[in-house]
Amino acid sequence: MQAETALGRAGLWFGIMLVAIVGVATARDTGFAAHATIIAIVAFVLMCMAVTRFDPLGSARGFFRMPEGPSRYDDDPIRWGVLATMFWAIVGMLAGVFIASQLAFPELNFGPYLNFGRVRPLHTSGVIFAFGGNILIASSFYVVQRTCRAQLAFPALARFVFWGYQLFIVLAASGYLFGVTQSREYAEPEWYVDLWLTIVWVAYLIVFVGTLARRTEPHIYVANWFYLSFIITIAMLHIVNNLAVPVAWNGSLSYSAFAGVQDALTQWWYGHNAVAFFLTVPFLAMMYYFVPKQAERPVYSYRLSIIHFWSLIFLYIWAGPHHLHYTALPDWAQTLGMVFSVILWMPSWGGMINGLMTLNGAWDKVRTDPIIRMMVMALAFYGMATFEGPMLSIKAVNSLSHYTDWTVGHVHSGALGWNGLISFAAVYFLVPRLWRRERMYSLRMINWHFWLATLGIVFYAASMWVAGITQGLMWREYGPDGYLVNSFAETVAALHPLYIIRTVGGAMYLAGALIMGFNIWMTISGRLREEAPMGAMPAYDPDKDRPVPRPAALEPAE
Amino acid sequence: MGLASQHKKLEKNINLLAIGAFIAVAIGGIVEIAPLFWIDNTIEKVKGMRPYTPLEQAGRNIYVREGCYSCHSQMIRPFRDEVERYGHYSLAAESMYDHPFQWGSKRTGPDLARVGGRYSDAWHVQHLKDPQSVVPESIMPKYAFLADTPLKAEGAGAMLTALSRVGVPYSKRDIGQAMADIVLQADPESGGDVEEFQRRYPKAQVRDFDGNPAAVTEMDALVAYLQMLGTLVDVDSAAAQQMLAEETGR
Repeated sequence: MQAETALGRAGLWFGIMLVAIVGVATARDTGFAAHATIIAIVAFVLMCMAVTRFDPLGSARGFFRMPEGPSRYDDDPIRWGVLATMFWAIVGMLAGVFIASQLAFPELNFGPYLNFGRVRPLHTSGVIFAFGGNILIASSFYVVQRTCRAQLAFPALARFVFWGYQLFIVLAASGYLFGVTQSREYAEPEWYVDLWLTIVWVAYLIVFVGTLARRTEPHIYVANWFYLSFIITIAMLHIVNNLAVPVAWNGSLSYSAFAGVQDALTQWWYGHNAVAFFLTVPFLAMMYYFVPKQAERPVYSYRLSIIHFWSLIFLYIWAGPHHLHYTALPDWAQTLGMVFSVILWMPSWGGMINGLMTLNGAWDKVRTDPIIRMMVMALAFYGMATFEGPMLSIKAVNSLSHYTDWTVGHVHSGALGWNGLISFAAVYFLVPRLWRRERMYSLRMINWHFWLATLGIVFYAASMWVAGITQGLMWREYGPDGYLVNSFAETVAALHPLYIIRTVGGAMYLAGALIMGFNIWMTISGRLREEAPMGAMPAYDPDKDRPVPRPAALEPAE
Repeated sequence: MGLASQHKKLEKNINLLAIGAFIAVAIGGIVEIAPLFWIDNTIEKVKGMRPYTPLEQAGRNIYVREGCYSCHSQMIRPFRDEVERYGHYSLAAESMYDHPFQWGSKRTGPDLARVGGRYSDAWHVQHLKDPQSVVPESIMPKYAFLADTPLKAEGAGAMLTALSRVGVPYSKRDIGQAMADIVLQADPESGGDVEEFQRRYPKAQVRDFDGNPAAVTEMDALVAYLQMLGTLVDVDSAAAQQMLAEETGR
């Protein structure tokens, strides 16, 4: 019986491999051929695993020292998720530092595969969907089990979600370098990768809702409201924005179902809500679990969480048109987008206040606990970015800031400050618990990471503010003769020093992540660094607490 | 106390919570996006718009593939400095056949909505091969490989068929002739009925774009695309100005 199912599975993988090989042979473009090759290799490995004793995962589990034996909660996919989070964080940030260097030193473009235009989506998808997506899936599986006091529903499906999502990332990332893109920002993957993600995402919804349904607590905890609305809304946005007609089944190219102005608003309805429902709502879910746990305090206000949850998810969807101010989009839509973006300030700060005030009575931990410090800084950046966002959405401000690096700076103070720091804090929380260690290898390294990241963001955001405002003003500068003062090329040259500062800031942030990777590796290895504790009071030595006896030589002469 | 106790119903029922959340997130998109498909004056009625020729569309595919939109917008805003720098502000009608739109979000390089006809073909070829040789301050990557890559013309018919499925009005003849049209537009010396081609695609520019008559390359396609950007609608004509002046309610 067992042999039959193994053979059946092997047959399935063999079939998929054959289809993929046909795909390679008949592909209309190199990108599609590369993707078909990847799928053929994956199918081949899975086929070998089905019929032989080849078990790469088993040895990898040993390599990463995953705890043996049954655990009360199903933590295996979460451990893989944390490792994937760390891996993709470094890949995505490395790509970011690389493209930042290209803008300062264009000789670093190695065409065609490593030109800026192809690597840029690798960076954005790498940090948003690979780094961010993995910590969201992993943390949601962790939080939903604990807050429901139930094991994950459909364990096999949960593993499919994790590995299927990694395949999505690999296909998307490799595709960009081959020029496989729909050109829709943050939705660049082509039609077949989109279809695959849809399957994975539905599986994710089933696992999450299935676990909620098994809960032994009567209430659904607030973090899970946020995770649930994230999964549902991302499904809606993903499907509508990626409606397209492929040119051929064996080619990567497709054409969007919409054109021009409708296409633009659909894309930015998606694009802004990728920020909302990928980078805000589920990260608030992380805040609602990890901040109270680490601070050992209850959430500040239950009512505030209700009000800001519903107002946040209702209002955010409307904000998309602020990406299209003064374009050919009808004015009524632009104005609507602006008004809702400004209103959005309130529920955003509602979330920030609920997080920060949770620390009431535990503020001393900011001094002694570097993880709490990271969480507080994350919330501070969340508050700052959600103030800056509504400000930039005001049409008069936007007329200056749009198309400039100010937008880039804004995105990064949110992404590096809020998403990055809260994710790092969650990983620092999770690793010792998942690997059953007493604590992280080194708390002082967390402190180093904190300061490198924070200073890196300051360099990044400040240089981009200056760059954006400089360029925006130079574009519109008129001389007394009534002519434009600057050619476009002059406004590019003016940004060169700022682009170098930005690269330095990004490199500092990456360095912090590398320290984190080392810290995690040592923790997993079961090592504890001997170091002075972070919050120790200065030692008291009563012997020294007295005046210094006068040396005889200084005695006044008789 | 009312709110919190009412909310307890939602908190204890996954279906209610999920449906409630879905309704909350669906409203904004429906109110903002759906009307754009039926409000008539969303897209102005101007003369001159036509679908891209197969060569221009192939160039557009390359523009998308290389991620040019990461650094170049195609959307001129109605400000004095932008209109002076780039030309008349962009109209919605001018991107009505753009699947997908290429308005862009960042100007690391200048706007390209009306770049067509501003520079010579030779300038574009030189600039794409080595941008710093013509604009020393430029931080644009080099695209010399385009001149050495032959354009794959075989898929042109399938390309136009897919576009007609999403609503671009290509005729059966356009689709049938697609591959021949590519060769004709980039290499008119090779023979073919140029006048008939230009009747189907008014204002289409017919010449060897990359200065290499021996082959139809990706450089031909990209330069053909760049050279037609913003050239279709005569925005400064009296009729267009009259129409824009009377436009209300957008």
